[in-house]
Amino acid sequence: MSPHKTAGILPFAKVPAAPGFGVYIHWPFCAAKCPYCDFNSHVRRSPVDQPRYVAAFERELKEAARRSAGETVTSIFFGGGTPSLMAPETVGALMDAVAANWTIAPEAEVTLEANPSSVEASRFRGYRAAGVNRVSLGVQALNDPDLRRLGRLHDVKTALEAIRLAREIFPRLSFDLIYARPNQTVETWEAELNQAIDLAADHLSLYQLTIEMGTPFFDLHKAGKLIVPDGELSAELYETTQQITAARGLPAYEISNHAVPGAESRHNLSYWRYGYYAGVGPGAHGRLKGENGQRHAIANEPLPETWLKMVESWDSGALTDEALSLEEQADELLLMGLRLTEGIDLARWRKLAGRDIDRASENDLASHGMIERLGPDRIRATPAGMMVLDAVVADLA
Amino acid sequence: MPADTPLSRIRNFSIVAHIDHGKSTLADRLIQNTGGLDTREMKEQVLDSMDIERERGITIKAQTVRLHYTAKDGETYVLNLIDTPGHVDFAYEVSRSLSACEGALLVVDAAQGVEAQTLANVYLALDNDLEIVPVLNKIDLPAAEPDKVKEQIEEVIGLDASEAVMISAKSGLGIEDVLEAIVHRLPAPKEGDRTAPLKAMLVDSWYDAYLGVIVLVRIIDGELKKGQTIRMMGTDAKYPVDRVGVFTPKMVQVDALGPGELGFITASIKEVADTRVGDTITEDKRQTTEMLPGFKPAQPVVFCGLFPVDAADFDDLRAAMGKLRLNDASFSFEMESSAALGFGFRCGFLGLLHLEIIQERLSREFDLDLIATAPSVVYKMRMTDGSEIELHNPADMPDVVRIDHIQEPWIKATILTPDDYLGNILTLCQERRGIQIDLSYVGKRALVAYELPLNEVVFDFYDRLKSISKGYASFDYQMTDYREGDLVKLSVLVNAEPVDALSMLVHRTQADRRGRAMCEKLKELIPHHLFKIPIQAAIGGKVIARETISALRKDVTAKCYGGDATRKRKLLEKQKEGKKRMRQFGKVEIPQEAFIAALKMDG
Repeated sequence: MSPHKTAGILPFAKVPAAPGFGVYIHWPFCAAKCPYCDFNSHVRRSPVDQPRYVAAFERELKEAARRSAGETVTSIFFGGGTPSLMAPETVGALMDAVAANWTIAPEAEVTLEANPSSVEASRFRGYRAAGVNRVSLGVQALNDPDLRRLGRLHDVKTALEAIRLAREIFPRLSFDLIYARPNQTVETWEAELNQAIDLAADHLSLYQLTIEMGTPFFDLHKAGKLIVPDGELSAELYETTQQITAARGLPAYEISNHAVPGAESRHNLSYWRYGYYAGVGPGAHGRLKGENGQRHAIANEPLPETWLKMVESWDSGALTDEALSLEEQADELLLMGLRLTEGIDLARWRKLAGRDIDRASENDLASHGMIERLGPDRIRATPAGMMVLDAVVADLA
Repeated sequence: MPADTPLSRIRNFSIVAHIDHGKSTLADRLIQNTGGLDTREMKEQVLDSMDIERERGITIKAQTVRLHYTAKDGETYVLNLIDTPGHVDFAYEVSRSLSACEGALLVVDAAQGVEAQTLANVYLALDNDLEIVPVLNKIDLPAAEPDKVKEQIEEVIGLDASEAVMISAKSGLGIEDVLEAIVHRLPAPKEGDRTAPLKAMLVDSWYDAYLGVIVLVRIIDGELKKGQTIRMMGTDAKYPVDRVGVFTPKMVQVDALGPGELGFITASIKEVADTRVGDTITEDKRQTTEMLPGFKPAQPVVFCGLFPVDAADFDDLRAAMGKLRLNDASFSFEMESSAALGFGFRCGFLGLLHLEIIQERLSREFDLDLIATAPSVVYKMRMTDGSEIELHNPADMPDVVRIDHIQEPWIKATILTPDDYLGNILTLCQERRGIQIDLSYVGKRALVAYELPLNEVVFDFYDRLKSISKGYASFDYQMTDYREGDLVKLSVLVNAEPVDALSMLVHRTQADRRGRAMCEKLKELIPHHLFKIPIQAAIGGKVIARETISALRKDVTAKCYGGDATRKRKLLEKQKEGKKRMRQFGKVEIPQEAFIAALKMDG
């Protein structure tokens, strides 16, 4: 282990910043459901009554703020679903509601997830005016057959136009690609990834396709009608991704997230650095401070209409709200934090777990080149360890 | 109830049959027809009192029923039915039960004909000089071929079947004829001497939660009365008799049991293990001079390790085994510890069925999750220093340089099969080092006799036989002798660590095949780790088979997003829980499921 050797590839300042406090707002509606997606998204035939949802969000935000008094909001994230289906006025009203309840830091990051369709791009200026300073576009692929197979409603041409427009309008831009797709080879992915980096601003999210239970892809996969790259190929694809992005100045700072150093998603960092965050909207998750330093895990009702009624009745759509035990917090800190190339602060983990990290497990993992120490109290997964992080975390936890 | 029925009106008999040929149903009908129980009390198959016996249609413990039958000649007879375990694992018990009878009904399914088990049991009956009355059951089935089956009985067994009783136990057809045949064709007990010193045979014993150990006895000479102090001659223990009675099949107390009679006693005996089937019971103060022949203590022939899946169940397992042993002296166990499986017990059984039954009872009646290691037989090791060691557990194998030679038990196997499957069966027996000693035909069915090493049979012989004959072949065996064999210890190494629970003794000619199969199986069963894992099968230091489990290449959740740490945490908790069910071998974690599956492996 040689700290000076590894320090150079740390994408951030050597001492990671505090996690900050984020507000997540979930807009649960989509124009169509993508066959791979297991996120909380719903397709509604009749138009969604946006003002009614705004009113409900306002009530839930107020309740969340009551429980996190004194926090300064460092990031706001409109996720979904498809938040770009919201009218800019809706986004504006929600921004106002956040501002009415907390202090917002002047440099706060305000991200909105958007589909790169022409209709949605037409609203970009409105979002910018509402205060959004970063968009995350769901581009997903840069070839039309794959976009169709993924159930996306846009084509490459429209996506490129949306990227161009977003770069023009927003100070910051990220877009998503899904790889390890059916029939994908290392060569085709290399080309596509290089093209994406050409188009990229300062951030890219590159997710390997995961077959999730309950999705149409799951059934197809089970029936043998959807063949995805096996463990070996997906490992190669992952390695290629790491090499190319690093070489071209967008190194990974998390398993699937890449940024020009300093341009990381501050909001998502607050999850991975295991900070506090409020989650509002159907199916949203939050971690709020409780009494005596407790940490509460809040999970909202996922069905929009039910969530609406709950909030309208008692200001909260929480389905569960549990104080996490210290052991549970230690687990979450570990499994979230090791996703980051900056790793975790062992002193913080020790305080939660009430014990030291298991030395024998650590040594084993280190001997297989899976983890390394960055100084006396910081540990992280190596690039090799990142590829098998779920197993690494299970060994350490 | 009078105990002084003249011997001429007593018949002691048992029923010999293959599984499913209708022994228990016939017994039920006999009880019903003689009013032993009224219809309301009549549960199907009264004699098989354990659930597992009823379900599998087999009898494990001998039972006895005393029937009162008024025959066509106007006389009332006492018919003592001793229901014997049908399976060869319990051959010794069967033989003892049969020796308490003068006659037997040989029940043969009129559609299926003679089976291997029928043969084994009928030979036991003939060995005990019993008079045998053939009974053809299920003659109302469309597939029944009574004439052919009669021919078979005459050809294969050599019994005159011309006067076989034709019945359908299920519909009740011919039951009266069976009762008449018992009265008129089976002999009465030999005259005993009621005034002579007590001489009785211990036919069976079992544990009753209320009464303690109940002993089933057959009186040869003298009288057995309440208050007497008896002496068991084999175990040399004495007990005062608390109760004397008979089964109707309800337990009914009587004043005394006399020569030729069958009944039970209780005598504040604590454990079934204190009673030995076949032992001679006499009166302590007036002892008989001669013991009954044929007494032998129960001798386990098949061993396996039983381990709790959850180490916390160890004490429960010990208690459960203790309870089973209360009722089954032939089941033995002693503590064993395995690096792979933790603390458990090395258990001895009379045979494979016995093993299966005990295992099933432990999991069913005591709700225990168990891992059983591969069954092994008892090897005799002749050491270079002249001493002899019995090896019950391959893991305990002494250093080979100290062994002069190893002997293994052999059996004589009898297989009856439709001739379509004969070729495959012969191949199987040859593969398993069998020596053919007989091959003959009975109609379209072949009767094959083979000498086989028991260690080849305990492995998966039954399953293979069943599958290659589509379930049509029947199989039975008896232990014959110990023979020297070129046996080697096959060790399995995972990541260079020997896994004791997987080691086995095999014949040198089988080692390659078994070693390869084990390695291949383990490769499928052990999950990928963060590093490469070699799996090897070795004899001594020589690796004979090898597989490698490649390192885990990719295992990470791509998207962990939207702040939902809960879902990931729950997964992690599951993983941690799963690790508790893993067994650690050096740096390799092997799930218990893998052990169970590896030990079940075929061929």
